[in-house]
Amino acid sequence: MVRLPYLTALTTLFSYGLLFAFGQLRDFFRKIIDWSKSSSKDLKGYAPICLGLEDFYTRRLYLRIQDCFSRPIASAPDAWIDVVERYSNDNNKTLHRTSNTTKCLNLGSYNYLGFAAADEYCTPHVIDSLKKYSCSTCSVRVDGGTTDLHTELEELVARFVGKPAAITFGMGYVTNSAIIPVLIGKGGLIISDSLNHNSIVNGARGSGAAVRVFQHNNPLHLEEVLREQIAEGQPRTHRPWKKIIVIVEGIYSMEGELCQLPEIIAVCKKYKVYTYLDEAHSIGAVGKTGRGVCELLGVDPADVDIMMGTFTKSFGSCGGYIAASKEIIQYLKYTCPAYLYATSMSPPAVQQVISAIKVILGEDGSNRVGGFLIDLVTPGAQKLARIRENSNFFRSELQKMGFEVLGDSDSPVMPIMLYNPAKIPAFSRECLRQNVAVVTVAFPATPLLLARARICISAAHSREDLIKGLEVISKVGDLAGIKYFPVEPPKHETQGHKELE
Amino acid sequence: MASAVMNMTTAALDWVTVVFDAPLARAVVFGVHIDGHLVVEVLLVAVILFQLTRKSYKPPKKPLTEKEIDDLCDEWVPEPLHPPITEEMKAEPPILESAAGPHTVIDGKEVVNFASANYLGLLGNEKIADSCITSLEKYGVGSCGPRGFYGTIDVHLDCETRIAKFMGTPDSILYSYGISTIFSVIPAFCKKGDIIVADEGVHWGVQNGLYLSRSTVVYFKHNDMASLESTLEKLTHENKQAEKIRRYIVVEAIYQNSGQIASLNEIVRLKEKYRFRVILDESHSFGVLGNSGRGLAEYYGVPIEKIDIITAGMGNALATDGGFCTGSVRVVDHQRLSSSGYVFSASLPPYLASAAISAVNYLEDNPSVLTQLRSNIALLWKGLADILGLAIASHPLSPIVYLKLKKSTGSSKSDLELLNIITDRVLKEDSVFIVSTKRSVLDKCRLPVGIRLYVSAGHSESDIHKVCDSLRRVAALVLV
Repeated sequence: MVRLPYLTALTTLFSYGLLFAFGQLRDFFRKIIDWSKSSSKDLKGYAPICLGLEDFYTRRLYLRIQDCFSRPIASAPDAWIDVVERYSNDNNKTLHRTSNTTKCLNLGSYNYLGFAAADEYCTPHVIDSLKKYSCSTCSVRVDGGTTDLHTELEELVARFVGKPAAITFGMGYVTNSAIIPVLIGKGGLIISDSLNHNSIVNGARGSGAAVRVFQHNNPLHLEEVLREQIAEGQPRTHRPWKKIIVIVEGIYSMEGELCQLPEIIAVCKKYKVYTYLDEAHSIGAVGKTGRGVCELLGVDPADVDIMMGTFTKSFGSCGGYIAASKEIIQYLKYTCPAYLYATSMSPPAVQQVISAIKVILGEDGSNRVGGFLIDLVTPGAQKLARIRENSNFFRSELQKMGFEVLGDSDSPVMPIMLYNPAKIPAFSRECLRQNVAVVTVAFPATPLLLARARICISAAHSREDLIKGLEVISKVGDLAGIKYFPVEPPKHETQGHKELE
Repeated sequence: MASAVMNMTTAALDWVTVVFDAPLARAVVFGVHIDGHLVVEVLLVAVILFQLTRKSYKPPKKPLTEKEIDDLCDEWVPEPLHPPITEEMKAEPPILESAAGPHTVIDGKEVVNFASANYLGLLGNEKIADSCITSLEKYGVGSCGPRGFYGTIDVHLDCETRIAKFMGTPDSILYSYGISTIFSVIPAFCKKGDIIVADEGVHWGVQNGLYLSRSTVVYFKHNDMASLESTLEKLTHENKQAEKIRRYIVVEAIYQNSGQIASLNEIVRLKEKYRFRVILDESHSFGVLGNSGRGLAEYYGVPIEKIDIITAGMGNALATDGGFCTGSVRVVDHQRLSSSGYVFSASLPPYLASAAISAVNYLEDNPSVLTQLRSNIALLWKGLADILGLAIASHPLSPIVYLKLKKSTGSSKSDLELLNIITDRVLKEDSVFIVSTKRSVLDKCRLPVGIRLYVSAGHSESDIHKVCDSLRRVAALVLV
């Protein structure tokens, strides 16, 4: 829950108002200058690509801080990265690359289990599969794009997640956009969480079904909405809905919160609606054996109708999957557009996921110390334990320093609230100067007043890395003034004081 | 009798008059003597006010009680998530056990592969494989983030510059999946209220993009320039304020659903006459058409600046994955912030971007591979000219050779069954792998179904003779 102090809200609104006013002033002068110069004949008769205010935010606000986003890197997205330096001659309007790089601590990539860089088990297998199958199949799945790697991956994913069958695609975004229209169409109702990801919103819009939103992570409001909608039926005709699907995510990437899955599933079962769980950030990262929010919150996978996830975050590859009952998967293979018209997943990427899942499950044939210590020694179990420890340690330290950190414990995503628009570039640039690479997010990905910096912890971070990150963030936080909560005094200092007195 | 009544009425009237004028209790309120008529007037006003404050009569609207809502919820029966599974839904595609090159292994047997869009034969190329391996060892497999948050790796920027240099445009932008390119580009430029004129044979990716953009979409007859001209004329003739609305024509260079090639010179002439912008999808023509493989614009000799937006998927001629979009600087910059498939999705894996760079380098150094492809297509045309029951429906230069039934059975479902029988027999009996077109339930395209053969520069003459002989034999048996 975000607690926004009044003074901060006022100053943030004032800052945005000032930026808006200056932007309008500049636009006014630009219009005068353009009017005095003649416009080119080629573009006469064509409406401009962006009219007036449509890209006002981009031109006047975003371009000022453009160097905080899209920073290129010259190495693998591991715990330490080489950020390429850029310079600008025209006040950030265009940025040019140099060939210099700085080594920075990476607190921004989605590398939860540390599979991003070349791994000692996975990479040899990936290179072998590249030599055998080459880097693409140039064909769609239903024609000639299914190799035995793809079928092996689907069986493995189904077994890992705990469902009877699975189907995989080459991109996570397309998975949502192409599956939802197949499952539900006109005459159906989709009820989605208010903070769902853009791919789900696109898929829901593309399906033609009616869409309603319930308050973020609030099962009581979901029940209210369900009762009202089932009783009323379709708008204007009042005929009953053909089917209703509720879409939620496992971990919400901008809040770091876990979904209240047991309560939501209970509500859905009571009213006979279908559930769709998007585990993009939680599969592989939470749960004792990495099986996602279902394992963490104690929900039986058979209770969720459709489970979706991506391979980009925890498995260090690309692509997405859907796991559900055998009949649904057969139907999807028959008619899903992403299966029939899109190039199949690249075989080395498939092999990377297979190897990563085998490492997590402990089936990679690594050396094991015998007896009851078996669980603690496999590399997969080590990674899972390390990411949990790292996340909890980092979060508790940040909260002790007085930062406002969102999210639940055990979640590897932690947003730190910034609020004021000027603090966004200040935090980002100062951290980069001290060799820590962080991600800052502002409007339109978050609400206007709630800009934040988002930290993603990885199993590849060691304890020293985290401590260095904490030092830098604390120093920069003092400079930028974002420690909105009182600092908890460290225990040994108070004891020291007591002894002196 | 009458006088008694008269007396009574006059007495009553007198009494009434007295009462009216009688001062009531000799009260003086605010200097006004309270006369009797004042009381009646006050009562009258009070009655009027009372009536005004009454609510007008409407039948009462009772909201549903909790119990009624409970009953409705209990009664409601949802449809199942999927329709009943039929036999044809259970069919599985053949599983490859080696790379999808001109020859591949299915079920332990070696087959000739005409189902992969590997037009330049780059699958299995040594140089490309080496660059991928260096990339894998340096960067790992995935890029672990969207382009805005440390997912931009220097190979992405190099790939964008390389493609822009090859095409002759100022800049280009990379997407992480072929099909998501077109359905992210269209909604980024077309909003509610804009007008789009599209060919009726465009593939599902384009249809989805058109639907998501919420613009007004008008379809014209497949690859028919006269129909396009009349549609444009009708649209611009009607509204005079077409100046403020953005207008687009969306076409594919080589249509996936029929193998036809769009006549670009006609389209450019019409676009300049009626002031429309052109969005061209070159997924199957990039690296195939033109003397050096630069696509449809080079083939027709049209300067590349005249086409506003070019998109292409790289999963065909370039033998990698992903897609790109290229055009003027304004077009490309606009997409970096408003294209949802670029902003909200992880970026392309770095090894695929290196493979793309190597593939473009190879194409530029060896343009002879294009002549090889063209001679293969011509050879295939000669061999398929006399097949019973099947006719070639694609353009002579298209690497997708599209065969359709000379006499359709009437429904596309039974057509497809017949074609599936042909492809199954060809695979089992002659070890040649060909495929029929499969349509999704969501696809709005109504062009006829057929068999698609993807010709590659890596096919040898004997491969082509084999597929012609096999098709001739099986078609004669099945399509009697």
